[in-house]
Amino acid sequence: MATQASRIAGRLMLSPAVLLLFLWMIVPLGMTIYFSFLRFNLLMPGTEQFTGFENYTYFFTDPAFWPALVNTLTLVLGVLAITVVGGVALAVLLDQPMWGQGIVRILVIAPFFVMPSVSALVWKNMLMNPVNGLFAALARGLGLEPIDFFADAPLASIIAIVAWQWLPFATLILFTAMQSLDREQMEAAEMDGAGPVWRFVHLTIPHLMRAATVVVLIQTIFLLSVFAEILVTTNGGPGTASTTLTFLVYMQSMLQFDVGLGSAGGIVAVILANIVAIFLMRMIGKNLEA
Amino acid sequence: MAREATKGHKAAVTFLAWGVALLIFFPILWTFLTSFKTEGEAINSHPSFLFFDWTLENYETVNQRSDYLAHFWNSVVISVGSTVLGLIIAVPAAWSMAFVPGKRTKDILMWMLSTKMLPAVGVLVPIYLLARDAGLLDTKTGLVIVLTMVNLPIIVWMLYTYFKEIPAEILEAARMDGATLSSEILYVLTPMAVPGIASTLLLNVILAWNESFWTLNLTAASAAPLTAFIASYSSPEGLFYAKLSAASTMAIAPIMILGWFSQKQLVRGLTFGAVK
Repeated sequence: MATQASRIAGRLMLSPAVLLLFLWMIVPLGMTIYFSFLRFNLLMPGTEQFTGFENYTYFFTDPAFWPALVNTLTLVLGVLAITVVGGVALAVLLDQPMWGQGIVRILVIAPFFVMPSVSALVWKNMLMNPVNGLFAALARGLGLEPIDFFADAPLASIIAIVAWQWLPFATLILFTAMQSLDREQMEAAEMDGAGPVWRFVHLTIPHLMRAATVVVLIQTIFLLSVFAEILVTTNGGPGTASTTLTFLVYMQSMLQFDVGLGSAGGIVAVILANIVAIFLMRMIGKNLEA
Repeated sequence: MAREATKGHKAAVTFLAWGVALLIFFPILWTFLTSFKTEGEAINSHPSFLFFDWTLENYETVNQRSDYLAHFWNSVVISVGSTVLGLIIAVPAAWSMAFVPGKRTKDILMWMLSTKMLPAVGVLVPIYLLARDAGLLDTKTGLVIVLTMVNLPIIVWMLYTYFKEIPAEILEAARMDGATLSSEILYVLTPMAVPGIASTLLLNVILAWNESFWTLNLTAASAAPLTAFIASYSSPEGLFYAKLSAASTMAIAPIMILGWFSQKQLVRGLTFGAVK
């Protein structure tokens, strides 16, 4: 259908977006790779020199590196586990006939629209604060000792906050997928005497697998970059108890001004994210052909 | 489904669903309620749910700090600015990929998506240094540019999935009737594309409004949007719950209302069309 003229017009219309995105990707990434091989500290301008893989050696032997890697994986896996399991449960629940379903859905997805700094501060101060927080008041009401969440379980507390923010996303995606569940198949299975558990395991779960995979992959991309929640609650502490790779790189480059080291860490984060991205791209690419 | 549709079952589901929903919504509700309390009431060790002396003084105080409005305005400029700029770049690109697909269209789409997979922290240092050297650090212009580029792949993808749904036959019919390329775009395509563009705009304003990596790292004071302004409340800890709540309520209310209208688009936009 395309005429020669429209093909040329099409290419002209496409090129600004492609060109800008290409520059946006290649220039900073090239600079990061370049910096990662330099001894380069913003506090000592003019002393840059090539050091080979020294920054990478430093980064991998930094005492904070392994905790940061473990914390990153714990955060990502913890949030994924909570949101996927909770999301499936909520999607199934919301799919049942009920009164006021529209309002229930609005309430459930609300946390997704709260900006990360707000949700982190609200949870940190008003809910989890060991003296003035609501949880402390509840604990005292029950005659229990209030928990100092961010001192005793900093990473778990951050996981709780981030999971609260992402549960709506998982629920919404899985709920949308539920809508395309084959109802006749469900009814047929029920007629044949299949119980709700059997139907859930053999019909609902397989149907939701694809959407669940998408949830896992997309959330992973975003969760690897969780930042504000850590910055306003624990600042990575106590010690390195809640430092993630993203936060470690932030500290090295923005607080210690060690551009070389931070860049090496940035490249490590890029490689980590790419491993996830390959799987995601394959899934979405398959869908594009369909 | 006869058995499941019984009144008792429905009542039980309703009860359970409302309970869970209110639990999930509770932190937001609590913030909203606390914003109407006095500071003393807000940290009362026997917190009151509804029966306290409602006051608007927190909103007055937060608004009197004229910088609140400045930060609010920064958020508006940055989120709307980056979205509009992104649309200007993305609409032609998505249009051409949807209606004049070439051999490499799929590859280009996938490549655009892959740029979104780049973790922000991997390019933090260069972007920071480039912004500094260009004098764009802590400016709205700098953030508009950065957020435009950050969200451009999502904008292109969303528009592409919407444009894809416009039947190509309509364009052919218009062409048969002698419509030129420009009138084709203006009179045939645009009216059909407007809902998709509006949805994209809505979702992208939400994403840009809440973006909290670049806005926190590239601003200090003058261009700081609400994300950064609220984050600054983390230092005088424990003293200003009611004012924190009022500021938070004002920061999230506009976007939450927009968000409720964009549930469907959210799914499509954030899954790059993989779930519809």
